[in-house]
Amino acid sequence: MSGAAKIRFENVEKRFALRDGEHVALGGISFEVGAGEFFVIVGPSGCGKTTLLRIAAGLDRPTSGRVSIAHGEGERPENAMVFQGDSIFPWMTVRENASYGLRMRGAARAHIDEVVGHYLDRTGLRRFADAYPYQLSGGMKQRVSIARAFACDPEVLLMDEPFSALDEQNRTLLQEELLRIWDETKKTVVFITHSVDEAVTLGDRIMVMSADGLPKAYVDVPFSRPRSVLELRATPEYGRLFHDIWAQLRTEIHEVA
Amino acid sequence: MKIGEATRDRVLSVASPVALFVLWEIASRAHWIDSRFFPAPSSIAGTFGAMIANGTLLSNTLTTLERLAIGLVVGGVPGLVLGLAMGLYRPIYALVDPLISATYPVPKSAILPLILLVFGLGEASKIAMVAIGMFYPVVINTAAGVRQIDRIYFDVGRNFGARGPAVFRTIAFPGALPVIMTGVKLGAGLGLILIAIAEMVGAQSGLGFLIWNAWQILQVNVMYVGLITIAVIGFVLTVMLNELERLLIPSRTRR
Ligand SMILES: Nc1ncnc2c1ncn2[C@@H]1O[C@H](COP(=O)(O)OP(=O)(O)OP(=O)(O)O)[C@@H](O)[C@H]1O
Ligand SMILES: [Mg+2]
Repeated sequence: MSGAAKIRFENVEKRFALRDGEHVALGGISFEVGAGEFFVIVGPSGCGKTTLLRIAAGLDRPTSGRVSIAHGEGERPENAMVFQGDSIFPWMTVRENASYGLRMRGAARAHIDEVVGHYLDRTGLRRFADAYPYQLSGGMKQRVSIARAFACDPEVLLMDEPFSALDEQNRTLLQEELLRIWDETKKTVVFITHSVDEAVTLGDRIMVMSADGLPKAYVDVPFSRPRSVLELRATPEYGRLFHDIWAQLRTEIHEVA
Repeated sequence: MKIGEATRDRVLSVASPVALFVLWEIASRAHWIDSRFFPAPSSIAGTFGAMIANGTLLSNTLTTLERLAIGLVVGGVPGLVLGLAMGLYRPIYALVDPLISATYPVPKSAILPLILLVFGLGEASKIAMVAIGMFYPVVINTAAGVRQIDRIYFDVGRNFGARGPAVFRTIAFPGALPVIMTGVKLGAGLGLILIAIAEMVGAQSGLGFLIWNAWQILQVNVMYVGLITIAVIGFVLTVMLNELERLLIPSRTRR
């Protein structure tokens, strides 16, 4: 972990009431994410990843336990989320979507134009600034969602499988873009995925979650930054990490199936 | 010469009413149909011209339009606000929905006597009739429109700091707008029907009065002029609302 703890999860437990009894989505999780750390969570489907992130974002309450995010100086929002699946507003243009967080916080017009313009450039969306989401491909929509989250300059960035709906080429492209933007800002990120490839490519540290909503293993990723996705994947170290994490996950997936 | 399909369809859709008028004219002049009830279009056109010249058509049309416009606003704005509140807050929905469901099926024309009793024979009762016609479709569609918005958009709003009025303005209203517009169109159509009825029973002015009065004194031509004018108002209203919809919902304009 690099630096002081930025996010602290303390005994976070989440149970959902069902018709017949209840479902334990998170079984009391504790861990910390360091300031400026790119923290990745991998786990099988349904293990509680989205639930954990929504609690961190303050969108849901834990049944018990708590999540605290350390505040830096200034008036920045505590967190911004890139949601799993389509989440950009269909009734707003690309620019209106990307500036949403800033507008809701009453930022000055000139500041909004400058920051949003920057991220639209970074994500290659400048030409589509006035397009509506129905005119965009899936990859472009996810770029808008990422620009929206970065533009409001949050203390921490919460990303819930932002690329899982994309094809291989698009995913690799967006991973590279994300790495480039992230290198500029060095934000604290919690990134969820069920792709081991993606976890090793992006993360500083990886938490493997078990099917019953508990941390199973932590893996440090030693690669230096800035990273190039393709070069990285050619190294033997990459293959070894991939293998280790996959071995951890496989037992979990067998348990679920 | 080859003509495009679109041009052909347009020609056909103009040709059918023209053919009808020509047939009507001939039938009326040849006394195949009773010209007391179906005066020739040319004679109706004459009455039309006379009524424009002496100002009666314009003044009655303006009276009706004013009642219609005020009524649509008086019924539409509360319908919109209440519908948004119902769509956003479950307790409000639980509280209000039974009342609306219970009163909605009552034919609006059937409550005219009650409205006359409560609001008297003046302007208020006419406006109230239009307002009632507008209110129901707008409130019902707005509530339904808000409730069908995907939950994730409200989560996005919360996550990015939208609170209170900003949630209405940036999510609930634009998200429900396509459904709301359907309600507005329904309500405006209903309002036009109701204003005509209301003016027939308890008014001394307006197109409804004009038509009713013409029947009572057997001025059949005048009756037709009134009918045609109301039809034109209905048509123009529809065109205007479709245009408004196109302007308000650019994200739906897929061409
Ligand atoms: N509102 C809810 N009510 C009841 N159960 C829920 C609710 N939300 C989530 N769950 C359950 O909690 C578990 C964890 O859900 P969650 O969405 O966090 O999984 P996930 O790890 O994000 O899965 P995926 O990778 O498929 O997105 C699942 O079994 C799910 O059925
Ligand atoms: Mg999930």
